[in-house]
Amino acid sequence: MKRNYSGNFKNSEVMENKQLIPLEQFCAHYHIEFAFIHSLHDYGLVEITTVEDIQYLKSEQLSELEKLIRLYYELEINMEGIDAINHLLQRMNELRQELGVLKNRLRLYED
Amino acid sequence: MEFIDYYKILELTKNATDAEIKKAYRKLARKYHPDLNPNDAAAKLKFQQVNEANEVLSDLEKRKKYDEHGKDWKYADDAKRYQQQRPGQNRQRPTYSGEGFSGDFGGGDFSDFFESMFGGQSGRRGGQVKFRGQDITAELHLNIKDVYTTHKQTLTVNGKNIRLTIPAGVEHGQTIKIAGHGGEGVNGGPSGDLFISFSITNPTKFRREGHHLHTEVDLDLYTAVLGGEITVDTFEGKVKLVVKPETHNGQKVKLRGKGFPVYKIEGEFGDLFITWNVKIPAGLTDHEKELFRQLQKLRSDGK
Repeated sequence: MKRNYSGNFKNSEVMENKQLIPLEQFCAHYHIEFAFIHSLHDYGLVEITTVEDIQYLKSEQLSELEKLIRLYYELEINMEGIDAINHLLQRMNELRQELGVLKNRLRLYED
Repeated sequence: MEFIDYYKILELTKNATDAEIKKAYRKLARKYHPDLNPNDAAAKLKFQQVNEANEVLSDLEKRKKYDEHGKDWKYADDAKRYQQQRPGQNRQRPTYSGEGFSGDFGGGDFSDFFESMFGGQSGRRGGQVKFRGQDITAELHLNIKDVYTTHKQTLTVNGKNIRLTIPAGVEHGQTIKIAGHGGEGVNGGPSGDLFISFSITNPTKFRREGHHLHTEVDLDLYTAVLGGEITVDTFEGKVKLVVKPETHNGQKVKLRGKGFPVYKIEGEFGDLFITWNVKIPAGLTDHEKELFRQLQKLRSDGK
């Protein structure tokens, strides 16, 4: 099924306040099932905020969520795979930062 | 502009079936997808090539044209006619898959070869807009002296001026996120983020290790042996130091709080480590040599 990330959202529809996006609107917009977001939540990959019985996603998670949608729907990676990949990407990021620190230390001895 | 072997890119033979193309494309897309290869320009390029190869080989018309004229693209005059006769043809998505990659990983990035044969861009690129704006990465080059104090700087990113406060103590290679200053969102969606990575040059004699600084200072033999006072440079001025008698070459002293500012901790500084570089006097006079001999004798007599 084609996932079209375009849409006709207006500001007021996307976010009632700038931080929270209603889960229902998010799913309708991206043509994805609630179950997918709930699975991500079960795996600890996304945070769902509930305010007065309405579920929301934090807007700061959008970038990460779009990535997870691409992994699942476009690369056809299952939830277990996404979970493993997420761990590895986090580890890779930590190692990249560590490498940066070590490179900076190495520069001490290069002069 | 060179001929591009799309079969080779997808690691297929010319007789590959649609199913084999799809399978190869999926496999390579998973391997090189930018989401799975962050900050890897080589993988991104490969991903673009794989996408382009798939764009051609998964479309019956394009594949036929490519197979017929691919290697002789220079003479394929009918390429233009093909385009003119089929307006909107290249707006279609690959026929078999019905799906594609929505991430705009660089955009506008089909090869000259592709454009000469098929013109313009594929439907995938042109037709798809995104909800959230793109994240933008930028590199900011600064001198180490610039990051010794917190300062404001105006950057121009995507034609917009952004006034930034750069905290003292930023590290070389460090990336900071400026939320909401990336590409604009579409249809009222939020903007992406701006990621700025710092490239910090250090032409000074002070070497930096996090918030500590290191430097070497020459020390004359007599002050090293007898002790005394010496004025040394720190990152922000000179200080007077007491040198202990019998200081060795290579010995270090620590000047607490004379290092680099600690990132985002106002008023806190690292330490400055000075390594003494004891200089042996050169061009000794006969008298000096004689005195050194006397010293040598005293030392060997007295053990």
